[in-house]
Amino acid sequence: MRTLVKFFLRYYYFLLFLTFEIFSIFLVIENNNYQKTLFLNSANFFSGNIYKGIANLTSYINLKQTNEELSAENTRLNNILKNSYKTNEISLLEIYDSTYFQQYTTTAAQVINNSVNRQNNYLTIDKGEKQGISPEMAVISPKGIVGIVTNVSNNFASVISILNTNMRISAMIKKNGCFGSLVWDGKNYRETILKDIPNHVKINIGDTIITSGYSSIFPKGKLIGVISDFKQKKGGNFYLITVKLSTNFKKLSYVYVIGNFLKQEQKDLEKISEND
Amino acid sequence: MIKFILRNIWRFVILVILQIVIFNNIQFSGYINPYIYVLFILLLPFETPKWLLILSSFLLGLSIDIFSNTLGMHAAACVFMAFMRPHVLQYISPREGYEASSLPRISYYGFNWFIKYSITLILAHHIFLFYIEVFTFSGYFFTLSRALLSSLFSIILIVFSQYVIYRK
Repeated sequence: MRTLVKFFLRYYYFLLFLTFEIFSIFLVIENNNYQKTLFLNSANFFSGNIYKGIANLTSYINLKQTNEELSAENTRLNNILKNSYKTNEISLLEIYDSTYFQQYTTTAAQVINNSVNRQNNYLTIDKGEKQGISPEMAVISPKGIVGIVTNVSNNFASVISILNTNMRISAMIKKNGCFGSLVWDGKNYRETILKDIPNHVKINIGDTIITSGYSSIFPKGKLIGVISDFKQKKGGNFYLITVKLSTNFKKLSYVYVIGNFLKQEQKDLEKISEND
Repeated sequence: MIKFILRNIWRFVILVILQIVIFNNIQFSGYINPYIYVLFILLLPFETPKWLLILSSFLLGLSIDIFSNTLGMHAAACVFMAFMRPHVLQYISPREGYEASSLPRISYYGFNWFIKYSITLILAHHIFLFYIEVFTFSGYFFTLSRALLSSLFSIILIVFSQYVIYRK
């Protein structure tokens, strides 16, 4: 017994170090799975509010550019409003049309915390459960897609960015509809990799990449970026395509959160098919 | 004594705030990020009890983690750095040892000593941090270069801060 106590006294520093180190690494592994809800993230009340304060200050710096972006988008939206079209018909008959109903909702939000330099990047936005945000909603910016909501608190939400090595998004080439999965290799914040496009498909530099809409999170046809480079792996059947993102993640300030009313229905149906 | 403790607590708070507000947003070429908050561990007095050294470093790392969504990563790196500190201090100690009531600073032990001290510990911290972040050894040269470049910026900023803030 005495030797044991002696041993502990002698090596207490190393044992203390081991205890804390193992506990820290346990925390890392435990939270590595990004879907796990945890309290200690940037969406909690305390750090969320601090980040909101910081964002309020720093948003002034980007105000000019943000205004330009928003007004450009307003112009585009105004142009497709019904009011801006003149009708050639003489009389209009109003018909209750049950063919169309709303599938997607959009909420505007401000980015209050953001990073591009880590391997697994997250954003925090200033809308949360009270504003109707829930996990697995899509987040896009006027220029292209941004990420997916992971955790929500009352007034904030954290968003897993597409600049995250854990993230996979179903993407397609606009001109021929071939789809593959979009992953980030953790190197350049302006580029991601598109995989699983077979060799026989003809592609060119400059082709547009959009979301495929297969995943029930992103609506179909949202812009991701353009092909900036591609090569064929020796002996492989697939291209390795580098996609230049249309969103500049360093300059994000306002984003839209998109919810899908039919997501549950699609998921339930797919679950039944999986069980067969 | 109380003044001493309070001063260290202040330094803790200020460095954490500086790190999350300013230095986490300084990102040269996309992935180089200086981590200056480790200055807290570097500047703790020589007489700090070892358990307090480890505990305060753990808390320091944890508070950075909470703000940057990296739970455990900075804590692990800081604890590792704190564990290394007494060994490094012993290894580079001047011939007559450390004087009582002196502090690990340029003004006491000179530029050469401080640069050796900070380079060893900051490299240990950054390399540990970057490898635990990717959690894999694939692409280890890429990770290593990121760690070394970030360390370079941290070291420059930390040594610079010593001349700006702690002038005699």
